[in-house]
Amino acid sequence: MSTEIDDTAATVTPPQKFTALSRMFHWLTAILIFAALLIGFTMVNWLAGYATLRVIHMSIGILVLIVVVLRIVNRLGHHPPAWPSTVGRREGKAVIWLERVLYALILAQPLVGWAMVSATGKPVRVFGVLPLPRIAPFNIDVYSVLRETHSILAYLLVVVIAAHVSLVLAHTTVLRDGMLRRMTFQLRPARK
Amino acid sequence: MTASPSPRPTWGGVPLTRRRLVLGMAAVGGFLAVDLGAVAWAGGWIGAAHRLIPDDFIKAFAWVNGKQPGFRKNHGKGVAVAGYFESNGNGRDLSSATVFQSGRTPVVGRFSLAGGNAHAADAAATARGLGLAFGFPGGSQWRTAMLNLPVFPDNSPQGFYDRLLASKASPDTGKPDPKAMAAFLAAHPETAKAMKIIGQTPPSPGFADSTFWSLNTFYFVSESGSRTPVRWSLVPVTRPALTPRAPGPSSGPNALFDAVVRQIRSGPLQWKLMLTVGEPEDPLNDATLPWPADRRAIDAGTLTLSSIETERAGNARDINFDPLVLPPGIERSDDPLLSPRSAVYAASYRVRARESKGSPAVNVDQVTP
Repeated sequence: MSTEIDDTAATVTPPQKFTALSRMFHWLTAILIFAALLIGFTMVNWLAGYATLRVIHMSIGILVLIVVVLRIVNRLGHHPPAWPSTVGRREGKAVIWLERVLYALILAQPLVGWAMVSATGKPVRVFGVLPLPRIAPFNIDVYSVLRETHSILAYLLVVVIAAHVSLVLAHTTVLRDGMLRRMTFQLRPARK
Repeated sequence: MTASPSPRPTWGGVPLTRRRLVLGMAAVGGFLAVDLGAVAWAGGWIGAAHRLIPDDFIKAFAWVNGKQPGFRKNHGKGVAVAGYFESNGNGRDLSSATVFQSGRTPVVGRFSLAGGNAHAADAAATARGLGLAFGFPGGSQWRTAMLNLPVFPDNSPQGFYDRLLASKASPDTGKPDPKAMAAFLAAHPETAKAMKIIGQTPPSPGFADSTFWSLNTFYFVSESGSRTPVRWSLVPVTRPALTPRAPGPSSGPNALFDAVVRQIRSGPLQWKLMLTVGEPEDPLNDATLPWPADRRAIDAGTLTLSSIETERAGNARDINFDPLVLPPGIERSDDPLLSPRSAVYAASYRVRARESKGSPAVNVDQVTP
């Protein structure tokens, strides 16, 4: 147990980074999810933009689905680098669950969206041209459950992503443990 | 031994100083403000007070008609039909859509009355709707929601919304407040003009002999990629046997629906699908304006409706006749009604999907032969 109270001293060692591929997947997912959420919330409240945004939203959703499947495959093959020493046992357990929930939400949300459109009997076409098979029967009750679920999952995603980013920012700014650097790309060559 | 009377709190073994805590709260607070602010703005909770959103239409329909649980918020009264479209191949010059290649495409549809009261009494003056889904539920299906009106009364979502509010029956007279309607028409001269045009085409006796119009303009895209503005219409093919039967029992709250149930039972009803080709000077983005009568019209084939049934789970009741469900070969125009129609139909579909379903006013089993 440390009694060190001098905060000018380096208390943690710089953590290892994720692999370049993992980092690329992470930021790609972040951009796609943020766009899909914002567009999704916007389109249902914007008469003039609805038709165009719906096509874009569905297309991004399918991209998310592709990327998250690739990420899960990648994650199963690569163990992520160790956390900084600042992550305690209990916090570590909570973070593991947070990330599992985040993965589950990112995987479920595009599938629910796809199934929901399928259940209305409408064709599922992304990027304006690419037809996808229907993955749910034409049934208004099935649609209703999926439609409401799609909204609930969207709000859950907002909450879980907010927690995820807040935690990383808190670690990085309060503890200066370089948590964020595990996921960033070096913009300039490191000076050693 | 630590001398400090109040040991500094730590997190993960790192002591928390005031400076770092303030910095951390600023970073997290700043992120949350931007993140949740963006979500609230996108979701319309902030900054949306002055624009119409789909939910406003749902609320307005409920205000005018009462709740109508389980029913479409507009065109609530209807009956399901089915049949097929027999294309003669003439539409292929304009559109690459498979529905215009020679041959048959199955069709499901729905006759309806305009208005949000699902149990309104039939009236000749009420606009009649025909929703169709060609090739349902396939990947290149085509849905359309048509009216027996040559032009639409409104050319903007705001106009439709204002007219809807002005149409609310006053509790004293059971009719719309004439002052509210006059004020609406003064504010919307385009509707006053459209009503005049609509008044020049008196409605036919029933559904079976009604002409239905697409109202909005769409682009037909050919194999070679040329884009042509098109409005379509369904022109009834008179059946010799229809004329004597058409008047039928012309009374009762379901007179129009009962008549079409009897007519389809006695034999299929048919319409010619006419594709009217717009010229460069024709209005493409204003559904209140007609096109000149001499525009080239192509007979693309015949719609046959051969069966009719009460609305129930799994038939046309559960289809949203969203006019933007279009196959490759038909595209939307910039008509400002189209995206709002799609958005509001979707909102209506979501609301009625979660409501318990009432029993429809039109029950074909109760129609005597």
